Amino acid sequence: MTGSTDTSAQAPEIGPPLWLLAELTYRCPLQCPYCSNPLDYAQNEQELSTEQWVSVLRQGREMGAAQLGFSGGEPLVRQDLPDLIAEARQLGYYSNLITSGLGLNEHKVRAFRDAGLDHIQVSFQASDPELNNAVAGSRKAFEQKLAMARAVKEAGYPMVLNFVIHRHNIHQMTDIIDLCERLGADYVELATCQYYGWAFKNREGLMPSKAQLVKAEAEVNQRRQQLADAGSAMKLIFVTPDYYEERPKACMNGWGSLFLTVAPDGTALPCHSARLLPIEFPNVREQSLQSIWYDSPGFNHYRGDSWMPEPCRSCDEKGKDFGGCRCQAYLLTGNADNADPVCSKSPSHDRILAARRAADHATAGLEDLSYRNPANSRLFFRS
Amino acid sequence: MSVQVPRLRPGFRFQWEPAQNAHVLLYPEGMVRLNDSAGAILAEVDGQRTVEAIVATLEQRFPDAGPLADDVMHFLQDAEQQHWITLS
Repeated sequence: MTGSTDTSAQAPEIGPPLWLLAELTYRCPLQCPYCSNPLDYAQNEQELSTEQWVSVLRQGREMGAAQLGFSGGEPLVRQDLPDLIAEARQLGYYSNLITSGLGLNEHKVRAFRDAGLDHIQVSFQASDPELNNAVAGSRKAFEQKLAMARAVKEAGYPMVLNFVIHRHNIHQMTDIIDLCERLGADYVELATCQYYGWAFKNREGLMPSKAQLVKAEAEVNQRRQQLADAGSAMKLIFVTPDYYEERPKACMNGWGSLFLTVAPDGTALPCHSARLLPIEFPNVREQSLQSIWYDSPGFNHYRGDSWMPEPCRSCDEKGKDFGGCRCQAYLLTGNADNADPVCSKSPSHDRILAARRAADHATAGLEDLSYRNPANSRLFFRS
Repeated sequence: MSVQVPRLRPGFRFQWEPAQNAHVLLYPEGMVRLNDSAGAILAEVDGQRTVEAIVATLEQRFPDAGPLADDVMHFLQDAEQQHWITLS
């Protein structure tokens, strides 16, 4: 338009948050040492009320969110979960329940379905009870998970099983895939650990060696081929760890581009790890979701690319990976503006190389890990 | 003409999203934004009607588009390969 004095020509157009992750609680009966919750989660006990969550869901849907995740912690510990599921369905969300399966029973599985839940993802820690229960820090977890996976299938949900993979279970890929096939899974997520939260704290004890990873990936590819040949619809999703890449991932598809997480206490985040950054994030108790997403300094902090230092600033791949992950940059370099050190162009890439070398010689057992529980969490904020 | 009946797989939901000005297909932790023709075809998939009946409906709705059987079948086969739908 003529006469326009618009100076925001270079500002990126902000699309709506299409994905909303509702972390309903940090409470959880399991103690997985790679939990993505903050180390000091036990400090945040003030959970949003049912009414506050309903308001978040309504605002998110109005802005365009279509995918909704209920996670935590263990979302099942929230007694109002059935109400939130019903509200989500009525609003038109596709709702996903991300659960350990503990606290679930066949009655709830059916009741959630009747309330309109679209999908239940059950997480496992291993393909056998001994290792599973050791990692989860719970003696009965495995049997319960098996029973709940079957109940989910029986109720007619798509079955998605998630396994977090690390150096202590990465040798089980074939067994894990066989187990999933027996259970009739539709999707299997084999997610190698990414190092944030508790997993960063326990990185040396979790990170697989390059040799372990190569072997695991070959096993997955082989089974994938066999499944395809047999006409199976079971889909294997193998998430390779950042630490073995030479280019960073396009984290969250860009900061504040699609994903909006609301933490148990109402803090709104561009991703579920961002709480660890030295940035002030808004809270849904104080601000509308609309102003949080479009106007808050926290969400605008890393939009676009004008914040980038070198080597990202002049890099021809910056539009593809957005400089990688801000949390990883912060954890490994102390400054979240920096290039994600996963990138071989990063001056701090040697941190990644050192972690790989350490993984080749790591000897820590499961007993050496710091398990995610309130007692250990308090160690991180006790003065 | 095909008497096969296309059906969305369990866990898939098809709906109109005003914010995206498009039909989308939603599934566990995933979403596909559909173009106009894919949206128009999937809108007719109800688990009851045959491909033949769907083609007839679409040809009636879009008389200027000419014969649509090949395009529709091609899309549905592709959707089957993606495991969005079953054809039986």
